Amino acid sequence: MNDTVLLDVRRLAADVLKTTLAGVPAAGTRDTIAGWDSMAHVNLVLALEQNFDIQFKPEEMLEMLSIELTAMLVEEKLAERGRL
Amino acid sequence: MTREEIDNLIAAGEAVPAAEALKGFLRASPSAGTAAFVASRFEQIADRLKLTPLRAAFLRSFTIEPMIPALRALAYEAGIDLRVMVGDHNVIAQALIDPRSSLHAFNADLVVIAALTSDLAPALWHADGDLKVAAADAAEQVGAWIAAFRAHSAATIIIQGLEQPPYPVDGLLDAFGGAGQRRAIEAANQALALVATRHRGVFVLDYDALAARHGRLAWSDPAKDLAMRVPLRPEAYQWLAQEYMRFIRPLAQKTCKVLAVDLDNTLWGGVVGEDGPDGIRIGVDYPGSAYRALQRELKALQRRGLLLAICSKNNPNDALAVLRDHPEMLLRPEDFAAVRMNWDDKAANLRAIASELNVGIDAVALLDDNPAERDWVRSQLPEVHIIEVTTDPLAMIEALRRSAVFERLALSAEDRVRTEQYRQQHERSKAAETAHSVEDFLRSLGMKATLDEVRPATLSRVAQLTQKTNQFNVTTRRYTEEEISRFAADPSQFVRTIRVADRYGDNGLVGLVMGRIDRDQCEIDTMLLSCRVIGRDVETALLADVASRAQSAGATILTGHFRTTAKNAPASDVFARHGFTKVEEAADGSKWQLDLRRQSVKTPEWIAVESAS
Repeated sequence: MNDTVLLDVRRLAADVLKTTLAGVPAAGTRDTIAGWDSMAHVNLVLALEQNFDIQFKPEEMLEMLSIELTAMLVEEKLAERGRL
Repeated sequence: MTREEIDNLIAAGEAVPAAEALKGFLRASPSAGTAAFVASRFEQIADRLKLTPLRAAFLRSFTIEPMIPALRALAYEAGIDLRVMVGDHNVIAQALIDPRSSLHAFNADLVVIAALTSDLAPALWHADGDLKVAAADAAEQVGAWIAAFRAHSAATIIIQGLEQPPYPVDGLLDAFGGAGQRRAIEAANQALALVATRHRGVFVLDYDALAARHGRLAWSDPAKDLAMRVPLRPEAYQWLAQEYMRFIRPLAQKTCKVLAVDLDNTLWGGVVGEDGPDGIRIGVDYPGSAYRALQRELKALQRRGLLLAICSKNNPNDALAVLRDHPEMLLRPEDFAAVRMNWDDKAANLRAIASELNVGIDAVALLDDNPAERDWVRSQLPEVHIIEVTTDPLAMIEALRRSAVFERLALSAEDRVRTEQYRQQHERSKAAETAHSVEDFLRSLGMKATLDEVRPATLSRVAQLTQKTNQFNVTTRRYTEEEISRFAADPSQFVRTIRVADRYGDNGLVGLVMGRIDRDQCEIDTMLLSCRVIGRDVETALLADVASRAQSAGATILTGHFRTTAKNAPASDVFARHGFTKVEEAADGSKWQLDLRRQSVKTPEWIAVESAS
């Protein structure tokens, strides 16, 4: 796991979910993090796409069940494009 | 400053520094993540800042929610506390028509109707069926909703226009012959524009032009549209928010009236004091042509009603030589309503420009290539709107076009000739310096005043005056065109306007009184004068007209209210000066009465009054 990517993902999640970095630990999931509902999920995905200049497919959005899984998906996308 | 430092400021109750830091954050990276952070933190300090509240309801056919944090962040940056309601998916008609809907309970100042072509007019989107009929039907439907909504609300309405598909369904064939999908969608948009002109306070956002500006393919995300009704790419949501701000700023009166520009490396390339008038870059060859393009852009803003001013650290003689005599300049000295060319600090000069032009400092924008000057002004005068630019004149043009602070929702005849009027005023104040007494001066002006009802042709100017006038304004009540026409439609109420001309020129419609007469009582709701005619006894002519109308309607008491604001001291003594008696006084204002059985108000003999009705 790339620490820079993980930290960036956590920062974006904190922004979108209106909390602080401490509120979005790597192990946090859609069940344990407050406010991570389906609309917030859309907002998070769009913020990730803009920030990393990548695009997710709808089915990939369903796999983002935790902060860690989300960061891994971002990493995959960046690696595909040779940007990691 | 980091997010954590901003959170610490907020926790320490430092609302104003926190707000400035948040604005800096948004400037540095206007992305979805930053916008969400900025909006959520502003939310925590909003009640400790002086913000203009505005309530906006978005009725939509698609997922518009990702735009909302960006929109609220931009609104906060503009000094607006935007409360947003988003309607349920695809219940636009019900929300507008049903007076018991949550839309009506929300009491919106602004209602947005945002339906995509595929939702509002599927036949147009799929090019399937009679496209002419489909285009007409779509606009007619929206027209009917608005008419129904207007029956019980005066809120401003924005119709989001229909977008073209990136590829026409019939390919090349679409462009051949007379009909086709592209033409049908254009026709639908024209019909929507016509719907807007039939009502007051209804506007169209040209959504197709916006998508085209950024590229239709880059605008949309078909997969997320099909999977979860999220049809736009993240950047598109940001761009859409910026486009809505073009309407929201003027609605909240958060636009600029004056653009102060630097000279060296802004209006022309190079430094005139060093390179000389022949060495600066301005003209038909690049890069001089880029500066000429910038000057053309400034002229266009001037035609939109904006005043241009010069704020430059320069030797005035060097700079004037260029402004007056350089053959390639498009802007000349008479294009500038105020000029400060000296070595004083720019914040002090901007303050002087604002005061000379009688506008608040928050109505001034600055275009300057020098980041140090911009930062200095920002630190001294955070109210000034600073156009963030690079040293590239073409980037400056783009920044001016992208900015929402120069938008107008209507253009009155006065806007078009404003610079000329300020120039005339400049001559008038010179005349005042030579006249022996104020009365001699006023006589020498040869003023002619025309009093009239508000009319369809003057409605937009009247609404604009209520929205923009801060100084000579006794109650500072803001009205939209729709509200003014409702006010005037009530037979017990009146809206009187005054035009003033003098030997220097026509000042246009410069003042108004709104009031109501109920049996023996006549009450003034609003009385204001444009700052162009303050100190010329025009208010006496207005009050004389109201008093005589009240008397002929049988009223015996004329009541006026003064509501104190930060800016309206120039109007504070108007009732006392005209013989009114103070009957109530409170911290935020006072109430005044004139007994019309014993007193009246007489127009001064140096104003020739003509009544058009």
